[in-house]
Amino acid sequence: MISNLTSSERQYALLIAVAVALAGLAMAALGRSDTLGVHGVIVMLFAGVVIYLIMSSLYGPEPTEDRAVSYYDDPIKVGIVLSMAWAVFGMFMGVWVAAQLAWPDLAFDAAWSSFGRLRPTHTSGVIFGFGGNALIATSFHVVQRTSRARLAGQISPWFVLLGFNLFCVLAISGYLLGTTQSKEYAEAEWYADLWLVIVWVTYFILYIATIARRKEPHIYVANWYFMAFILVVAILHIVNNLALPVSWGHAKSYTIWPGVQDAMVQWWYGHNAVAFFLTAGFLGMLYYYLPVRAQRPIFSYRLSILSFWGITFFYMWAGSHHLHYTALPHWVQTLGMTFSVMLLVPSWASAGNALLTLNGAWHRVRDDATLRFMMAAVVFYGLSTFEGSFMAIRPVNSLSHYTDWTVGHVHAGALGWVALITFGSVYTLVPALWKRERMYSAALVEVHFWLAIAGTLIYVFAMWNSGIIQGLMWRTYTEEGALAYSFVDSLVAMYPYYIARAFGGLLFLLGAVVGCYNIWMTVRSAPLAVRETDAPVVPAAVPGE
Amino acid sequence: MPELFHRKLERSAIGFVIAIIAAASVGGIVEIAPLFTIDETIEHAPDMRVYTPLELAGRNIYVREGCYACHSQMIRTLRDEVERYGPYSLAVESQYDRPMLWGSKRTGPDLARVGGKYSDFWHVAHLTNPRDVVPESNMPAYTWLARTTLKTDDLPQHLAAQRALGVPYTDAMVENAARDAYGQATPDTDFSSGVTERYGDKTLVSAFDGVTTHVTEMDALVAYLQVLGRLTGAAYEDTAAPEKKPDPES
Ligand code: HEC
Repeated sequence: MISNLTSSERQYALLIAVAVALAGLAMAALGRSDTLGVHGVIVMLFAGVVIYLIMSSLYGPEPTEDRAVSYYDDPIKVGIVLSMAWAVFGMFMGVWVAAQLAWPDLAFDAAWSSFGRLRPTHTSGVIFGFGGNALIATSFHVVQRTSRARLAGQISPWFVLLGFNLFCVLAISGYLLGTTQSKEYAEAEWYADLWLVIVWVTYFILYIATIARRKEPHIYVANWYFMAFILVVAILHIVNNLALPVSWGHAKSYTIWPGVQDAMVQWWYGHNAVAFFLTAGFLGMLYYYLPVRAQRPIFSYRLSILSFWGITFFYMWAGSHHLHYTALPHWVQTLGMTFSVMLLVPSWASAGNALLTLNGAWHRVRDDATLRFMMAAVVFYGLSTFEGSFMAIRPVNSLSHYTDWTVGHVHAGALGWVALITFGSVYTLVPALWKRERMYSAALVEVHFWLAIAGTLIYVFAMWNSGIIQGLMWRTYTEEGALAYSFVDSLVAMYPYYIARAFGGLLFLLGAVVGCYNIWMTVRSAPLAVRETDAPVVPAAVPGE
Repeated sequence: MPELFHRKLERSAIGFVIAIIAAASVGGIVEIAPLFTIDETIEHAPDMRVYTPLELAGRNIYVREGCYACHSQMIRTLRDEVERYGPYSLAVESQYDRPMLWGSKRTGPDLARVGGKYSDFWHVAHLTNPRDVVPESNMPAYTWLARTTLKTDDLPQHLAAQRALGVPYTDAMVENAARDAYGQATPDTDFSSGVTERYGDKTLVSAFDGVTTHVTEMDALVAYLQVLGRLTGAAYEDTAAPEKKPDPES
């Protein structure tokens, strides 16, 4: 990998790694009586490993082949591996926290392992670790193929990928240490947030510069989504995380947004993290890998336009549906509800467009579990966007809010849509990247598919049941007009569902482990493929054109 | 026709970027900016006080331990919620909250008005092992809180940071933050009289965890739980069903 860099590039990379290590040193010194110091040490260790890797081949031979005639796939390979590793970590954490709700003593009486600290390691592990790495890797792959141009940088893709993973490590180790902003899905503290801004701006510049090199006149749909993902996530991240550190030696900061404004900013962020991280980014994946795998062009160009702009415009209004009946002014709640309902149109336009693309390829869906992953993902996408619009309606929300129904909804999206589309894309991508004929075992892809489907269904049904029961118990009155159930009554009713949910999650985790094994064996031993040219400039089959 | 226009847009990366930013910005601006300018967004509560240093430290522990992942602090304007938890929450009640802790999930009950509902002793027993008090509970046990000494030396910096963001802490409050944290957990000392002087005589001064020799994280967290819903009485004034204001000293 490093042997594909020229020696001046290696020196340049070394310089960056040393600068990062020095920043770590400064953090360690300033924050020596604080968790900031621990994070300084972690930064130094991380940079140290990178320095070691570069040093060990600093004086190796120069790359021999002409790099301009090939795509830059090294960072993509590492990204896929990291993504799968984070998947196993994040899902394991999920199963563990789920089990803690059923058996609270599974925290072993330690501070770092109690529910409140573990829960964000699960959410960040799967959203950012698994999802984020998958998005970075696939976006690098898709932008090169659809632009027929090599990535516009040699070191910057590595900087983006490794820098992002450093952010993930800081965020997640922070939660275990008790360092958190407590903003859901944005818990990482100010210094990690600043670092992510640097990484993300590099990502954006790299992406746009690559698109600018394209040999195609038009920018392909998948790239619209990836661009929206990168851009809007930057805006959301910066605004939501504006904060004042207690001092330069403190990991702790106070957000600049107080009370009700903080609530609005937080859920504007939170909902659009769903929209632009977990939807737009993964739609980018869908718009490339689904047509490639199905060997059919996208059904409708018009629908693509409609759904892209609909999603980009409508989603940003919808966040306030997280705050129905709260102290947030009523007019904002109403706007949030209205736009959430309208969102169904572009969402279903996307889902319909994807399903109609499969028309004429249904026999492939039947025979090929990889394509079936993507098809199922689209179905779950359609279902959970419908459910989301429904739950955004105020009276429905009065029942569902604060209950497990919300958790079930999120997982219908996260497991059913995000994870399934990722696995489908990864199974398409891995043989292509490592130049294999196919995955090591089609049967194991099949096993993974059914574990994932079973896990998702058990999970979602358990949470629907518990959520609706809980919501109804809270609002049930006796004939005398008193509340019928105490809070603890409603808690006791939850236990069977908590156990079922943990079991569903476990199945899903097992599926991911099977996937890791299959990928590993593919890289090691699947037969090599003689592929039609897969290189820049030379025309290659591009879907939808 | 619009299709042709879009074909053009697709030829320009910069044009596309600008179009995305434009489309995505409107919603946030329309919904967030007016929250700072429209006067009715936040009610007026002249009796509202700020968190004492000990309560603020307790709040930070609440954040650190992720209590918000299971508890909301936002009573909605629904009849059953008001009957279960008390008058619905007002925006003014969290005007000094950074971050807000309204929460999104009730694995446990709402805590917006838990202050005064239980004795300090109950909270200490409950936090140390919830199942000793409520056998069916799945709340984690927080045994280490009572063993861990509270870090107080940097509290002045915390208050100063809060003040820089607009919370009305006075110079005396900032300077005496560490002393006041100690004082609030050690009744009937010179330190404790400073607390009531600066934060008002309704401030609860108590040996929260039962030990007055040193201040622990348990002291701070219980002090915070006991002030929830009691920084102002505004919520009891103009709700649909007026309630009796709790006596902060009870
Ligand atoms: C895993 C979810 C969970 C976490 C995390 C959690 N709690 Fe709880 N909490 C519960 C449940 C369930 C109950 C109801 C049963 C009981 O009283 O133990 C409860 C009850 C309470 C009560 C009593 C409320 C009442 O009105 O009866 C208080 C106070 C409380 N928790 C405080 C805390 C604090 C402080 C933290 C963080 C240090 C915390 N909880 C973390 C689940 C949780």
